[in-house]
Amino acid sequence: MKFRVERDALADAVAWTAKSLPNRPSVPVLAGVLLRVADGRLEVSGFDYEVSSQVSVEVQADADGAALVSGRLLAEITKALPAKPVDIAAVGAHLELVCGSARFTLPTMPVEDYPTLPEMPASAGSVDAAVFATAVQQVAIAAGRDETLPMMTGVRIELNGSTLAMLATDRYRLAMREIEWRPDDPNISLNALVPARTLADTAKTLGPLGGEVTLALAAGGAGEGMIGFAGGTRRTTSRLLDGANYPPVRSLFPDAHNAQARIQVAALVEVVRRVALVAERATPVRLSFSDEGLVVEAGGTEEARASEAMEATFTGEPLTIAFNPQYLLDGLQHLNTSTAVLSFVDAFKPAVLSPAGEDGEIIAGYRYLIMPIRVTR
Amino acid sequence: MPRGGSEGFGPDADDSGSCILHVDMDAFFASVEVRRRPELRGRPVVVGGVGPRGVVSSASYEARRYGVRSAMPTARARALCRHAVFLPPDFARYSAASRAVMQIFREVTPLIEPLSLDEAFLDVAGARRLLGRPAEIAAAIRARVAAEQGITCSVGVAPTKFVAKLGSTRAKPDGLIVVPAGRVLEFLHPLPVAALWGVGERAAEVLARLGLRTVGDVAHAPPAMIRSALGEAAAAHLVELARGRDPRRVTPEQVEKSIGAETTFDTDIADPDALRRTLLALSDKVGVRLRRAGQVGRTVSIKVRLTDFRTLTRSRTLATATDVAREIFDTAWDLFRILSPGQRVRLLGVRMENLSDERSTFRQPTLGAPERGWREAEAAADAAAARFGRSVVRPASLLGDPPGPARRHGKEKPTGASVVPLSDPRTPS
Repeated sequence: MKFRVERDALADAVAWTAKSLPNRPSVPVLAGVLLRVADGRLEVSGFDYEVSSQVSVEVQADADGAALVSGRLLAEITKALPAKPVDIAAVGAHLELVCGSARFTLPTMPVEDYPTLPEMPASAGSVDAAVFATAVQQVAIAAGRDETLPMMTGVRIELNGSTLAMLATDRYRLAMREIEWRPDDPNISLNALVPARTLADTAKTLGPLGGEVTLALAAGGAGEGMIGFAGGTRRTTSRLLDGANYPPVRSLFPDAHNAQARIQVAALVEVVRRVALVAERATPVRLSFSDEGLVVEAGGTEEARASEAMEATFTGEPLTIAFNPQYLLDGLQHLNTSTAVLSFVDAFKPAVLSPAGEDGEIIAGYRYLIMPIRVTR
Repeated sequence: MPRGGSEGFGPDADDSGSCILHVDMDAFFASVEVRRRPELRGRPVVVGGVGPRGVVSSASYEARRYGVRSAMPTARARALCRHAVFLPPDFARYSAASRAVMQIFREVTPLIEPLSLDEAFLDVAGARRLLGRPAEIAAAIRARVAAEQGITCSVGVAPTKFVAKLGSTRAKPDGLIVVPAGRVLEFLHPLPVAALWGVGERAAEVLARLGLRTVGDVAHAPPAMIRSALGEAAAAHLVELARGRDPRRVTPEQVEKSIGAETTFDTDIADPDALRRTLLALSDKVGVRLRRAGQVGRTVSIKVRLTDFRTLTRSRTLATATDVAREIFDTAWDLFRILSPGQRVRLLGVRMENLSDERSTFRQPTLGAPERGWREAEAAADAAAARFGRSVVRPASLLGDPPGPARRHGKEKPTGASVVPLSDPRTPS
């Protein structure tokens, strides 16, 4: 194997594949990235038996072939290289890398020990990359991080006709986003539970590339239990989580509300952040709404206290409701609008956070549900 | 025969810098029994569980001469000393005696840290003006305990807690040892490493392999060598102790750091259903104790002792603190299933750690949690139990006989209000 490649293209490709490599690989070869040259292209692949990532880069190939080297080391090296063409060649049990006057020799691992990457399932349809990336970030924030509840660490993707819905909850808040997409089969009806972290990482890389993202999901047969994403020259597959018993979380959204508040997102984020400085871990911020606006408070009678008043348009009976400040901030920061609408049933039932336009009208498509903390004692 | 005078660590040694006393009752339970039945004086007396799984709680010095030790299975004690008098423990009586002894301490100083029923640390720095030198105070305590309670105790007087404790051990029985501040190392260094607090069998073995057998060896060894053998934290702790340094102070009120319950089975249990019910019963007990103490905990830990006496512990920290038995059980059972020991179980324990005051701890309910859930149900059970006793209200699957072989499958179902999926995603299996 021998080729010449642009420094930036190589560095990007290696950094992206190396990021998905396991920290403590079960077998040493999984710490490697596989470089394979054929037909004038270099394919860089990483795999940890859960997630595979592959990116293809145009190169000037002198000799086809493959080599397996430590992903982390190669990523660090390529990041530090000067902006010059990079020459790479497999020489015996080593990889030689020359860039300008810098020269590196890396040991390689046996390519034949490297597992075969899973095949991409069949395409199910495509979606605008930027829209998809935004939607994923809006939803993944609500997914759980507690590995003992694996189902909660996933984002549920529901494909129904031309609607792509994503849902995630850690049991304390729930985010739901619906977007349009282009299914290959207009009557498609499929669900998948994708590990939230993988999905978020994938969306973050594919979004800025623009264009379309192809969703690959098998309804059965080959590639079952697997989802694939392809955009530009990158593709990723991930094993799905078992979502057969995913609870019917849509029913948690209340049917109606008794009170509603319209607030400037940036101002509320600032106020909550400030007031929450006195809220120790796991203690809530209290929001008191009335005709006069909103007062945000935190702290108790014995500890430090803080309060701040701000403008809000409120309809309904005056209400005091308390939230984990981080949950509230997470939702507010992912609305992507300057105005937010908070809808309440009462101080004990989940509240819905929705994005709104300049006119204060709710923009459909995204909803973020938060369970309040009880403070009446 | 008063002892302790040997090696120059007697009552007349310089005690000006030694203000910590460790008072340890001699063969406490056995001594209380002998006091009640004077005809037993001079005979080997063993107090302990008399069942097939009983262990020795306390043995008189006459019994110890035959090799009987506390924590040894009663059956083994019987084999060693057939003619000993074996008595079941009478904790109410020991508690009363303990309270009386602690009251004597309290008249000396308010700085008392009881470690158990029969031992305590005292800081007498502030009592010297009124009551005399630490060694005189120690002698006075010994005399009063003997006169008023008819039992003996041993006292270690030293500048630090751990040396005082070693002192009382060395003084036993019925003795007094004073370790002057300037002679701590002289006292400490000839002792075997196992004397150091925190050095168990394993650590002692590791140190022995390095040729370190005495405390002095550890004190003089390069710290890096101990670090590489035992790890950063353990090594630092050990080297400090070996050099006679122990900054721990006598802390009178011990805030409870954990609340737990455990049970030893009469016969080892393999049946998962029986084990599950035992965990439920233990979780219930822990929940009741937490609520009674006004505490909530964030970390659930289980302890499992197997047939081969291996003891395994597992713990998990929850997202929010709880005092709800049901939530404690869910986690405890999950931990147990993951552990799946694949062996018969001899002992099971459930413990809550990471405690905080319930009133200052907020509970983040799950989405869709019923307004009246397990917490309210258990609070109602507490109220009923307060009036009618614990046996009136228990989880349904615990009705009937307590832990033991399962009779039938008891799968408790949440009561009342329809339970929304997110509030209980794990279904018992």
